[in-house]
Amino acid sequence: MILARVVGNIVATKKNQRYENARVMLCQQITPEGEDTSYTVLALDAVDAGVGDTVLIVQEGWSASTTATGKAGAAIDSAIVGVVDRIDLLKSVR
Amino acid sequence: MQLARVIGTVVATIKNEALDGRKLLVVQTLDKNLQSIGKPMVAIDSVGAGVGELVFWCRGKEASFPFKREDIPTDCTIIGIVDSDAHVTR
Repeated sequence: MILARVVGNIVATKKNQRYENARVMLCQQITPEGEDTSYTVLALDAVDAGVGDTVLIVQEGWSASTTATGKAGAAIDSAIVGVVDRIDLLKSVR
Repeated sequence: MQLARVIGTVVATIKNEALDGRKLLVVQTLDKNLQSIGKPMVAIDSVGAGVGELVFWCRGKEASFPFKREDIPTDCTIIGIVDSDAHVTR
């Protein structure tokens, strides 16, 4: 899973059927220290995350499809599966 | 599968219910010389690993196979703890 910050969402009227009623969030990958990286990714929201939240994104098709839509086999490769409260790091890497 | 160092822990109250009770750890992937490569990731623990330990992890759908309920949504699971840094021979 990657750590990311939700920076927005997208609206798409014409889309794959399995994306009906899904919230597609625009997310920016961050380091554990909280700094932005250059990787931006779209992920379906499965936990009611909001803009500004630090989240966990699973990037594996089966997991993303089942958590976001309830069944496998959709054209979905990223889903938000958790909202991060805190991250504790080893002192030596901080 | 790749070598990694566990460098921290993650706390998330709101999460997919299949992840309840699972330990979330921040792992930094290492190369053959145990130097950091790439960005840290968050992995689920299946072997009782802790912060500071040298471990190896598995990615993809296979990452959910160590758990009794194979419906755990994960793409990165810690599947082994290397005994010590000296136990990596090259």
